[in-house]
Amino acid sequence: MAANAIEIPTSASGELLTADGRPLKESLQRSLRRRKLTALALVAPAVVFLFVLFGMPVLYLMTWSVDDTLINEVLPRTFDIYEQWDGEALPPEPHYEAMFKDIADATGIQIGRGSTRMNYAKSKWKSLMKKTKRKIKALLNENPDFAGPYKETLLEIDKRWGDIAFWHSLDIMKNPYTAGYYLNAFDLKYGFDNEIIQQPENRRIYKTLWIRTLLISFIVTAACLALGYPVAHLLATLPLRYSNLLMICVLMPFWTSLLVRIVAWMIMLQQEGVVNDTLVALHVVDDENRLPMMYNFTGTVIVMVQILLPFMILPVYSVMKGISPAYMKAAQNLGAPPAIAFLRVYVPQTLPGVGAGVILVFIVAIGYFITPELVGGKDGQMIGNYIARHLRSTLNWGLASAMGVILLAAILILYWVYDRVVGIDNMKMG
Amino acid sequence: MSNPGAATPPTGSPAAANAEAAYVRFDNVQKSYDGVTLVVKSLDLDIAKGEFLTMLGPSGSGKTTCLMMLAGFEPATHGEIFLDARPINKVPPHKRGIGMVFQNYALFPHMTVEENLAFPLEVRRMSRDEARQRVAKALEMVELPGFGGRRPAQLSGGQQQRVAVARALVFEPALVLMDEPLGALDKQLREQMQYEIKHIHENLGVTVVYVTHDQSEALTMSDRIAVFDDGIIQQLSTPDELYERPRNSFVAHFIGENNTLHGAVTEARNGECRVAVDGGGEVSALAVNVEGVNTRTTLSLRPERAEINPASTDGLNTLEGRVEELIYLGDHIRTRLTVAGHDDFIVKVPNTHAHRRLKVGEAATIAWLTEDCRALDPISK
Repeated sequence: MAANAIEIPTSASGELLTADGRPLKESLQRSLRRRKLTALALVAPAVVFLFVLFGMPVLYLMTWSVDDTLINEVLPRTFDIYEQWDGEALPPEPHYEAMFKDIADATGIQIGRGSTRMNYAKSKWKSLMKKTKRKIKALLNENPDFAGPYKETLLEIDKRWGDIAFWHSLDIMKNPYTAGYYLNAFDLKYGFDNEIIQQPENRRIYKTLWIRTLLISFIVTAACLALGYPVAHLLATLPLRYSNLLMICVLMPFWTSLLVRIVAWMIMLQQEGVVNDTLVALHVVDDENRLPMMYNFTGTVIVMVQILLPFMILPVYSVMKGISPAYMKAAQNLGAPPAIAFLRVYVPQTLPGVGAGVILVFIVAIGYFITPELVGGKDGQMIGNYIARHLRSTLNWGLASAMGVILLAAILILYWVYDRVVGIDNMKMG
Repeated sequence: MSNPGAATPPTGSPAAANAEAAYVRFDNVQKSYDGVTLVVKSLDLDIAKGEFLTMLGPSGSGKTTCLMMLAGFEPATHGEIFLDARPINKVPPHKRGIGMVFQNYALFPHMTVEENLAFPLEVRRMSRDEARQRVAKALEMVELPGFGGRRPAQLSGGQQQRVAVARALVFEPALVLMDEPLGALDKQLREQMQYEIKHIHENLGVTVVYVTHDQSEALTMSDRIAVFDDGIIQQLSTPDELYERPRNSFVAHFIGENNTLHGAVTEARNGECRVAVDGGGEVSALAVNVEGVNTRTTLSLRPERAEINPASTDGLNTLEGRVEELIYLGDHIRTRLTVAGHDDFIVKVPNTHAHRRLKVGEAATIAWLTEDCRALDPISK
């Protein structure tokens, strides 16, 4: 059609130009730059906050989980010449001399920390180091000019210095980085010659703990989905005045302290609790055989389900709210019985919400700490409790960091699997 | 407002005698949602096989409720609905075998176009090969071959509409319901789709019950139109009959453009009556819906049937008026006049070679034939 037209100038390469002869693309970018800068300035505080208070600690965590430099500072001379030893028989005099001098120079605190680290590699190192330090100190007080023989003296101080296993265990500590904490987290350790071996049977706890943590998270997620899906459906389909009331019931837990809720469950579920009393009164169980529902696996699962249920209901609800009732009608009109219509037309449309809920609940559950701490008893403990223990009591920050990193990796892997299977773009948080 | 329907019992096709032939039959159906008011007051309606019947009415008139009862999504509070002489009140929606096009199409967003179309065939356990053939055929029918792999969200409104129509027809139902299917489309597309749906109906011979509030859509597409108001069918007629011979004031007002004059009947005989118009003058009209001499009536006159300043007024009814506004519309000039105290009297003056140019403020004589003016039930104004 030959309507009115204006000649748009183009450059030699065929790009469109604006009236002043600049390429159109460049002009567009210039006009958008200001807006981009404003947007950037607005998100900057959040980015900085995230980096300083989340990103940096995670980076530190990762460093700590592999860091093994402490011991290299305590025993510099020993490690300097360690390589010269063939490792077949006990090391020669120079090695004992280096060890003697390192221990003599180290402060008490250094010996304390160092020997703790050494104990991870081989038990009894701690007592050996402390005893030796004490004896050397006394010896040097008596004779400040002591100059050997070192091997003999050390063997005299403690006959364990003649045990080649202690000397072998130093090999693994020499490297400033170690995978030892990660091995530890899976009940493994370095044996002689650096091969990876299992911990002795009585020291294997973490593998069961990981499996239990995953199991609890799976059970809790599945239970939340099974309980939450119908509630979310009801919330999305009830008339407004009823659904508002129901929504308040769903949100109520958020307004109540976590501790209050846990204590309430203790009152309900303990041996002399409301549930057991009722069951006994109804003669469902004998007074002697009251059900153990608290301070164990069951207690942890029940309480966690109650606490995490809203995290499932809310994203599922928000997706269901957007599904027009016309779809179910259309499906039935096209010949599908209600159950088929529900499964083939309604449920697939709720999957984005289900995905979000499942991921949310699972991720929160896998790192749970307070609930198992309070109601978990012995067989309801999760990995989070041990991370806390190593941070606060045993002060094995390396192991705590390694466990934290493994947890983080597990979540990222889950996230990746979810993305491959469902697609992360499909997830709707609300 | 008085109820204009009360004076006229809704009559459609010869009801009782034809009962066996009716494909869909509403027998004294009533519907209430809250137990206080009736949304559908008393519905008797026969729909013949292969017919295109439109339920037309303002929102809240009960037309969609009737459709939902027929589809099985709403139970009738009273009365019985028959499909092919079989009572279906207790038949669940998925066993009725009725196709339906929903207002916003209700295409399943998580399925491709092909999967959407195959859905009714799959739940009927049709073999995969046959289903594929039917789907391809249906897509061809709505002129969308090659779109089978797309998701509904990747289609334009008009394309979604076609898919919705194809899905309602793919399992070859004998009855298809359409609930304002073109409401979301722009005007041009809507008109095009009206013809396409009409042609599909003609080619397949299915029975269509169509719900709309758009009268031009109803006039274009339907074999018969049921005009709903206040839960009652006000008139059930063919489009031309509905436009030219409305039975009551509501229909006259609702369908097309309409001039109303109020007055009292002074004389009635041979199906005609003399009416003394409020504001002066006496005219003749067809006595369509008047109760007798000395009762109030509303006169209905279509804007294209009145003439301004005719050469001769022999045999015509005339009233004096004054030109208030002239709107140039190309093929005709829409002239607004004050007649008998109403300033909204419209006359369409054809833009012919010889027409006289009017001026605003000019006095004019309006004239019309008796048979074009219908005396209907009174509406207060």
